Parts: sequence; structure tokens; C-alpha cells
Amino acid sequence: MQHVLKLEPALCTGCLQCEMACSYENTGAFNPARSRVKVFTFHEEGSFAPYTCTQCDEAWCMHSCPVEAITVDLDTGAKVVDEDVCVGCKVCTIACPFGTVNYEEASGKVAKCDLCGGDPWCAKACPTGAITWVPADTAGLERMRAWAYQAPRPQPTHTKAPREKSVETFHPGNAGGQ
Amino acid sequence: MAWAGKILRVNLTAGEISPEPLNMDWARDYLGQRGLASKYLYEEIDPACDALGPENKLIMATGPLTGTMASTGGRYSVVTKSPLTGAIACSNSGGFIGAEIKMAGWDMIIFEGASATPVYLYLEDDRAELRPAETLWGKSVWDTDAELHRMHQDPELRIACVGRSAEAGCLYAGVINDLHRAAGRSGVGTVMAAKGLKAVAVRGTRGVGNIHDPMRFLQATEQGKKILADNEVTGQGLPTYGTQVLMNVINEMGAMPTRNMREVQFEGAHKISGEAMHEPRPTDQRPNLTTNAACFGCTIACGRISRIDNGHFTVEHKPKYWGNSGGLEYEAAWALGSDTGVDDLEALTYANFLCNEDGFDPISFGATVAAAMELYENGAITDAHTDGLQLRFGSAEALSRCAELVAAGEGFGKDLGLGSKRLCEKYGQPELSMTVKGQEFPAYDPRGIQGMGLAYATSNRGACHLRGYTVSSEVLGIPEKTDPLTTEGKPKLVKAFQDAAAMVDSSGLCLFTTFAWTPDDIAPQIDAACGGGWDTERLLEMGERIWNLERDFNNRAGLTGADDTLPKRLLKEAAKVGPAKGRANDLGEMLPRYYEIRGWTPDGQVSETTRQRLRL
Repeated sequence: MQHVLKLEPALCTGCLQCEMACSYENTGAFNPARSRVKVFTFHEEGSFAPYTCTQCDEAWCMHSCPVEAITVDLDTGAKVVDEDVCVGCKVCTIACPFGTVNYEEASGKVAKCDLCGGDPWCAKACPTGAITWVPADTAGLERMRAWAYQAPRPQPTHTKAPREKSVETFHPGNAGGQ
Repeated sequence: MAWAGKILRVNLTAGEISPEPLNMDWARDYLGQRGLASKYLYEEIDPACDALGPENKLIMATGPLTGTMASTGGRYSVVTKSPLTGAIACSNSGGFIGAEIKMAGWDMIIFEGASATPVYLYLEDDRAELRPAETLWGKSVWDTDAELHRMHQDPELRIACVGRSAEAGCLYAGVINDLHRAAGRSGVGTVMAAKGLKAVAVRGTRGVGNIHDPMRFLQATEQGKKILADNEVTGQGLPTYGTQVLMNVINEMGAMPTRNMREVQFEGAHKISGEAMHEPRPTDQRPNLTTNAACFGCTIACGRISRIDNGHFTVEHKPKYWGNSGGLEYEAAWALGSDTGVDDLEALTYANFLCNEDGFDPISFGATVAAAMELYENGAITDAHTDGLQLRFGSAEALSRCAELVAAGEGFGKDLGLGSKRLCEKYGQPELSMTVKGQEFPAYDPRGIQGMGLAYATSNRGACHLRGYTVSSEVLGIPEKTDPLTTEGKPKLVKAFQDAAAMVDSSGLCLFTTFAWTPDDIAPQIDAACGGGWDTERLLEMGERIWNLERDFNNRAGLTGADDTLPKRLLKEAAKVGPAKGRANDLGEMLPRYYEIRGWTPDGQVSETTRQRLRL
């Protein structure tokens, strides 16, 4: 089954272990400046958010590349830049709506997440579970479970008589955690 | 290797910058950061010089593990001669600037001389420039940070700078990096401002790549991270409550110095504790604490990010303080809270914000306010001195106002900026200053934790908890429990902790790892990164070498064994309550034995034998 990188900003502490792991795997040095996953710090809000390529199925970067340097890795679903083909024209960096493909001065090419061939270093390095490597089809399950957990529960009763179910119990409006 | 192998030397008098190779012979004996920078300072300046004069130097130093995947590998130290103590100063900070300096390809930056006009250093990999900072002078740390980001249009720029308190000559001003991380103690920021240096702005894109044995390094650091995650303190206590996990613990032990150290327990401790920071406030239903945060590469993440209640009197009409910023550490909560008798968590957070915003040490500041409060109580300081500000113990208004005055360097804030020792001397009651070598005490009462008394008295930078944290053993039982009320075995314990801390402070790692790591866990990481046979024994010997080098610097600066003492209050006035009731600190029982173990003369000088044994 294909896996995806699941990002949970609420768990991120901004330590940048993922950026070091990513840059080390790709460039041989601990160098956040060359990382393909980025952590953003929102100081005033007191929050952190890891961010990287979502590996779109119909990838904008791939379709826009004039020299077909970006191809699909069929095992992982990753959109991979072939450095030998890339001419550094940067069209993909414009096409990507999320900004996750970037030109690198040091190589003269573009760089993006390639899922490390199916064993992403960032997820392995993350100490808090803010970045995890999970089956693509069930990536949302944990979040579903968390919301489901907040749904009202039936109160234990001492009678065996069937209770009348109230329709409101299942009204989506009171299933949230306001 | 792991060292960048390069030093940037910045001569501020001449406005010249030159790169030079790192002295690898010294690196093999002193590793990096605290140790190596102290060696450079020791060799390059006259220890007796004027700390605020151009002949003093200021060194920003990284360690070999700074900027690597080793957990907590993001520390850097600012080393100079202290204007507060006259002794060697070494202030350690986390955040991100240390790693950035290393990523730019430098182990250290040495600042010499002084600039006639305000300047800041812009460092982008191999490009280094001194640029005019007239427009930044007079601005706070926060405004300087924002302005530099705006000027350079680079959101990734990392910045360390001094605030208005340093410019005004406050003797315990720090160097603040990344808005709320501080090389906070001993007035290293005061030295930076005296040199006309407002800020250091760094962008590093080279990375740290020359690891000696990468595979072994990744395995060793992985192993280290696992130990941290599985440990109760580093895996749960610190991430949940930060250093504030200690507030209630130390208070119950009767080792919580209160109201200028007159008492050893604070009745309001629970209101300003780590637990209290988690409690939703009655006013706005939000807790003081928003989240925990990590410094570069840290898998512990003990940092606090807090938000003040927007309706609180301190910030009611000041939207500037309504957002999140660095929250209370235990030391700050103690100094701003217990020591002044203030139990208003929001007021403490506000004072702490100001300490970050204008760059002054909350420990020294809080302790100085506490001394001023006692002087006010006994009439030595009057309303005439304070422009009508009533310095009463427990007054949140007084504390907040004092913080504003020190931040701006105005009015009575000038007196407070002198630090507790000079303030008490000025008002004729030097015995009320709770300091060693002129530096204010941190948050552990040496009557209830005997070993800490010796650690304070002999610390090379004046009273300090990080120079030999025997609390680990005496309170938490790490690595093994010792009785906090006995002096037996403490000289040996203090020496062991002092040497180990000197070693950790020279590696690029954070001292907090030692709640879980022994030197045996650290050695493989350093060895794999640096190569050249770094085992535990060699590292601890190096720690001892560093300790003795610092001591020797201080001896040459004119400090003697007579300075290894504690205020009379702690030696003579017994604790009135708690487990240590009836006890003072028995320093006299420990000090001679400590000198003996150190291989020093009876008057506390490093002996020739010791000097040779450690190759000083």
C-alpha cells in the first residue's frame, strides 16, 4: 500500500530534526537551508508547522516541466526530479501552488521531496510524531477517531428496557469539541 | 572532525574582519564552546583588564556537536570577562543562532576592541560585513530583530542582539537570540553594548558535513535520543512543565529562597508553578502556557511559550504584549516571584517578557529587586530614591514597574541595573546582597541543599546553578541520591558535577541532557563526530582542565580563596521552617577538603603540580 507523510502541526515543537535529517540524506550535510521539508514558526501565535510536498496525483510541477525532468516513482507515488535532466528553469516552482518545489543555488537545479524512496528520513527523525509515515488510504483515521471520541456517549442505565434514541444525539452540530 | 575549522576575528576598533584557522591543538584539549573560547580568552587578554574597556574581548563560540543531529546540539556560548563579577563569564544559550553560525562555516566569532559608532555584524556564509547600526541603537531586542529582518528581507536570518538595558549599562544585561533565548548571566550583553556592537545577524547555508564517522554518529545520536525519550525527567517532566517542574518540589524541600533569602519556603509557590501555568485562568479560560517549544535539534523541548491574560493590569492597554512569547523558566519564576514575594503568575510573565524584550537577566534582576525591597522595608531606600514607587515585598505593581525601569535604563532602574552587590553597598548595607563574587544567587537555598552552597561559593562565574548542579543528586537522585542536608562527600560530588558540566558546555550539547545521559552516553557521540579517541575519561579530564583554566584566569584577575564564600545570611541565619529547619550552610566543613581534592593551595590557587598534570 502506498504511504504518505502525515503532518500534525499541533505536535511540532520546532526542533528542526526533520530538516537536518532531510538535508543530510539529500546533500550529505546537516543543513536546514537545503531541506525539502520546512518547519515554520509562528511566534506570536505560539505554533509550529512542518510543511512539505503532498505528492499530488496530477502534479502541477510534473505537468509544467518543459523537459520532463519530473517523473512518478511508481512504488511510492513520489514525484521525483531527475537532476541530470532538470535545466533549472524554475517553471515548476511557479506551478506548484504550495511552494514546495524550490530552486537551489548550490546545484542550479530544483529540489523537492522524493519520499527518500519509501523510507523518509524526516519521519524517522521527528521526536514527537508531528511527521509520520502512514498508509495513504487511512491517513485520516486517527483524526476521525479523535473527533468520534468526543461524540456524546449513552449514559449507563439500570433498566434493560429499550431506550428511545434521541435524534439530536447524532446531530453533527453537537459531535464537535467546541 | 565536526569542527568547521575556522574562526572569524572581528576588530571593532579598526572595522576589520579576518578569517583564521581554528587552533586544533587547543581544540583537542578544550573541545569547543565554553572550554575552547575560555582558552582563547585566557591566552589573548589580560585577566585584570577593564571588562567594559576595548582590551576585553567577546567570543561567541559553538561546539563540535552544534548544528548536528545530536539531540540538543544547538548550544553556543558567549565568553568574556564579566563587568558584574570581574571573573570570567561564560553564558550559554540555545535557540538557533549557534547552529546558524556553524552552518555558515564558523566555529567562533571573536570580537576585539570597540567601535566608535554603533555597528552590527552581518554574516552570510563566507561574507562578513560590519554595518552601521545607528538606526538600531536605542531599540529593544524585539524591535531590532524585526528591523533587521525587514532591512535584509530575509525571514531565515537568525539574530542575536542586545537591548536597551545593555546600552544603558545595566551590569547584568544579556545577549538575546531568536527573540527569547538568552546568554543571560554575568553581563555579557553589557560588554557587547560597550563595544558598540548592537547585533549579529547570521545566515548559514553551508551546513555541517564533515562528521568523522557518519554512520556511527547517527547510531550514537539515535541511541541518545531514545534514552532521553524514555527518561522520566527529559521524556515527560521537562516537556510538560519545563524547568518549572521544580517549583513545588524545591519548595517542599524547604530550599526555595524567599524574600531576599530570608525564608526558605514560599507560600505562593503553587500559584507560580509549572502546574499553575497549565490551569485555565478564571478571566479568559486560557492557560498561561500555550505550548512547549524546542531549541535547535532538541528532542526534549522544555521551552515555554506563554500568553499573558490580555486583561491583566500589566498589559491592559499594551497590545504589543498580547501575543505569545518565551514564558517562565523555573529560575525566572523564582527570582521574579518567590524572591520578591510576588505570587501573580501573569505579572511574572510580563516581567519575564520585558527581560527578553530588552535583554536583561531575570535571575539577577529579580534578586536585585528583592534586595531593594528589603532595603526599602528597613528604610535605607525611600520614596525619594524611587520616585514614589513603593517597593513592598509581594507587590506585583512594584515588580512590573521595576522591570520597565531597568529595560529603559531610567530613574531608579539605573540603581537596579547595578546589581544587588553594588546596590546594597550604595545604600550602606552590603550584607543584604545575596551574591557570590558579585553575581546573584539562583533558585536553590544552600541551607536546604548543602552541596549547592559549595557549588555557588566555588563557581567560576559567581553564584550559579549550572556550574555544578548537585541538585541532580541531592534532590532528584541522578545519578545517585545523596542526602541534601549532609556535607559528607559533597566536595567530591561538587567537583565531579563541575567537571562534567564544563565538558558538556564545551560540546554543543545542552546540560539538561544530563538528567538522562551520563558521560558514557555523551562520549560515543563526540567521538564519532570528532574522531581522535574521545572517551569518557578523556572528556572528564578535559572538564577538569577547563575548570582549572577558568580558575586560573580568575586568580590572575585578582580573585582569591577569600572570594569563595557565601553571604552571612546563609552561613549564620538558620532556616526557620521545613526539612532544613535549624540549619545554615556549612561551607567551612566542605571548602578545605574541596581545595585538597582539586589540587589547589589552601588559599585556593591552582598549584604548579595541578597545572602540569592538566597541561595548562
